[in-house]
Amino acid sequence: MEPAEIFSRLEKRFSGKVSGFKADVPEPYLFVGAAAIVEVCCFLHDDAELNFEVLSDQTAVDWPKEEKIQLVYHLYSYSGRHQIVLKVDLPRVNTKIATVENVWKVANWFEREIFDLFGVVFEGHSDLRRILLPEDWEGYPLRKDYIEQEEYDGISTQRAPLVEKLLR
Amino acid sequence: MKPLINSLPETVFTTKVDELLNWGRASSQWYMLFGLACCAIELMQTGGPRADLDRFGAVPRATPRQSDLMIVAGTLTYKMAKRTKLLYDQMPDPKYVISMGSCSNCGGLFQLAYSVCKGVDKIVPVDVYVPGCPPRPEALTEGLLRIQDKMMRERWLVRSKSQTEAAVRV
Repeated sequence: MEPAEIFSRLEKRFSGKVSGFKADVPEPYLFVGAAAIVEVCCFLHDDAELNFEVLSDQTAVDWPKEEKIQLVYHLYSYSGRHQIVLKVDLPRVNTKIATVENVWKVANWFEREIFDLFGVVFEGHSDLRRILLPEDWEGYPLRKDYIEQEEYDGISTQRAPLVEKLLR
Repeated sequence: MKPLINSLPETVFTTKVDELLNWGRASSQWYMLFGLACCAIELMQTGGPRADLDRFGAVPRATPRQSDLMIVAGTLTYKMAKRTKLLYDQMPDPKYVISMGSCSNCGGLFQLAYSVCKGVDKIVPVDVYVPGCPPRPEALTEGLLRIQDKMMRERWLVRSKSQTEAAVRV
């Protein structure tokens, strides 16, 4: 199925909740309202013709100037051999969205990673804790305004300049 | 390595106790089976038939309790740094550390990353730094020989007070 057709189907069913379709890019995408993400994903997953069995990737992008964090969902259908990308804009403070873990089980780890690195809270997630970084880590490193701690657990994060090290 | 002096051939073997101890230790360095990243692949090659660390008496041990030498092979993240320190503390004295490759020397390619420790010397004392990204098996073998040299210079029986204190501190 062509991306444009996918979008028109979504628009017919969820009018006002999907927008901003862009087709002339390698991976066509559309924007979904934050409140509607679960129902849109359920429809994409369950509909007999759309049949998106796989969430191949879920990630996020930080746009500090526009004051938003953008979630990106890459969907693929093995049976229909078509793909689509969903994007959701969220505010940078108090970033929250409903989990799609109940639609695609794999979202569990993707969402834990996004929580770990961007601090996006996924409501309804069964096990929302850090997945890569240590549990006592402070801050969310992939946010553009992240400031590295002076030391972690007694280990200095600073490194002496090379010249100084050679002279020592 | 200095050969043991055989002054009475075929019957008696005279040497210094220190030298015998050192010779024994240097010829049976058991290194910990422990790798962190791509340097570990090179470490495996060094243990393999072509470079063959085994000919210096160095064999991998899968437990820190029986290891003399820790080869820190690979990128050390802060999450792993705590574990590495724990492993080092579990090794019995005398113990030695080789820092293998740029990453464990100084953070290497990843030194500007938020999660990478800027050198394993921030958490454990290092005896030999082996440069390279990753070092070739020959380089690591050279590092092991440098450790052997260091071992041969150790004094165990007669030590000055300051040396004893230093040994206890380490």
